[in-house]
Amino acid sequence: MTGPGNRAWAAVATGSTLLLGALWAFPLLWAVLTALKTEEQAVAQPVQWLPTTPTFTAFRDVLTLGDLPRWFLNSALTSLVITLATVVLAALAAYAFSQLQFRGKNLLFWVFLAGIMVPFEALLIPLFRLMNDLGSVNTYAGIILPQIVSPVAVYVFKGFFDQVPKELREAAVVDGASEWRILWNVFVPLSGTVLWAIGIVTFIAAWNNFLWPFIITTSPEMMTIPLGLTQVQDAYGLRFARTMATAVLGGLPVVLAYLIFQRRVTEGFLTVTGVKG
Amino acid sequence: MRDTIPPQARAQTGIPRGTRRRTPGGPIALLMLAPFLIAYLLFFVFPIGRAVQLSLTQSSLTETGPFVGLSNYVQLAGDPDFWASVLHTGQFALYTVIPVTLLGMLMALAVNRLVRARNFAQALFFLPFVLPVSVVTLLWQWILNSSFGLVHNLFGTDIAWFGEPATAMPMVALVTVWWTVGFNMLLFLAGLQNISREVYEAAQLDGAQGWTAFRTITWPLLWPVTTLVFTLQLIASLKIFAQVYILTGGGPFNSTQVVLQYMYNTAFQNLDAGYASAIAVAFFLIILLVSLVQAALLRGRS
Repeated sequence: MTGPGNRAWAAVATGSTLLLGALWAFPLLWAVLTALKTEEQAVAQPVQWLPTTPTFTAFRDVLTLGDLPRWFLNSALTSLVITLATVVLAALAAYAFSQLQFRGKNLLFWVFLAGIMVPFEALLIPLFRLMNDLGSVNTYAGIILPQIVSPVAVYVFKGFFDQVPKELREAAVVDGASEWRILWNVFVPLSGTVLWAIGIVTFIAAWNNFLWPFIITTSPEMMTIPLGLTQVQDAYGLRFARTMATAVLGGLPVVLAYLIFQRRVTEGFLTVTGVKG
Repeated sequence: MRDTIPPQARAQTGIPRGTRRRTPGGPIALLMLAPFLIAYLLFFVFPIGRAVQLSLTQSSLTETGPFVGLSNYVQLAGDPDFWASVLHTGQFALYTVIPVTLLGMLMALAVNRLVRARNFAQALFFLPFVLPVSVVTLLWQWILNSSFGLVHNLFGTDIAWFGEPATAMPMVALVTVWWTVGFNMLLFLAGLQNISREVYEAAQLDGAQGWTAFRTITWPLLWPVTTLVFTLQLIASLKIFAQVYILTGGGPFNSTQVVLQYMYNTAFQNLDAGYASAIAVAFFLIILLVSLVQAALLRGRS
């Protein structure tokens, strides 16, 4: 079955796939190469493919001259709080929906699910007004609060909790454990995969969110990375090495997160999309 | 109240009907639900009602003005700028949805063949997807720069790709395809892994290989993933805002202004929150309509 012809064909297929992949990822490499050049090398004609004398000047400049460190801090802080709050709120609600009995349970869960149909984008104006009334425009609270409500996270957690064998909870109840203890000591330790899935996807989504920070922040020092990066094109003009150094630094955290946790990120997106439970 | 333990589980656990311990009632459930419920009501349900209410008023961004009935909607129905923005959104959907679906499938088929380099190739195609939108736009603004960009250097073109009405939207679409297709590849890869090897082996005994195997096995068995990807991408494409806003600002000559940007400009630049809320409600209805039509069509097919 695997004759020499087949093997050659397989090698060609593998080679072309990798070549296409390299081509696909080339813009990323090009950004890194540009960022390592001097401004003169970056715009040299004809094009200089490799930096003749790689330099970190552009990186040093963007880290010391602009607001980039501040945007990093803002993004890290808001994304972490959003992730933590989303997971805690969703896990608690999902436990109630999955394991407890109360009046109106099915109706309420149905209402939550229907909420997935309403696009966040349609709520920008009332949300901005609400934040304005709460005095939260251009604050961390303003950036964070509307991003912590995730019906999808509740749905995914509930789906997982529903599969936990009933005996586990029954046994804990017989031992006199409270619902809080059961959730914390029985369900949370079992939820590793799903916790990671929701956590990572929420974190990446929060880190990359453009629209809401765009609406709710009004000054450069409150901007997050995705928003701040739109400012540098104007600030640096034709200084492409600096612009690319900013882009590389801005993309680095999520790229590293993906490379380190490749399997978990992949599983996370699949779980949240419902392709894999 | 419905029982939470399904009959088959009850049979397995051996808990006889009726001896089930009385479940703790509302209080603890309410406490656990409260944080999510409060946030949900405050940041989701309340804004929905408020959007509808505002759309029936003549309001500024911060002050609620007088009730004007449906006049915002009447104005919207005859607003050429609104219909142009709907058209541009549709154009963007047309340029992106089918390419990202098909390309995602092709990538998955190619990556799925690999053994050793599989994770590596998958990462190459997937990496752009994890980037924030503004990193993506900075990269492409640099590559497509009409005087110093790579495309200029390689092909000698001087075209301002995002500044010409003929090329602006196709280029925004191209950048979006590059950015998001890896996600679809991921879903297709998961779909491919669900097709068991035995199906292919059985088909091979019947002489089905290559294209025939793809047409008779892979394509039909991937259909559920294909419809999922198509659905997700269609809805996502209607919500287009950031790439267009950053790359073209809606220009040139409003030729790329999409619905969300029209809403944004109306609310946050013209400070006409009443009219912008009518656009928001219309936007929601469009999305709802597309979802329902799509669901009906797909159900008809399967």
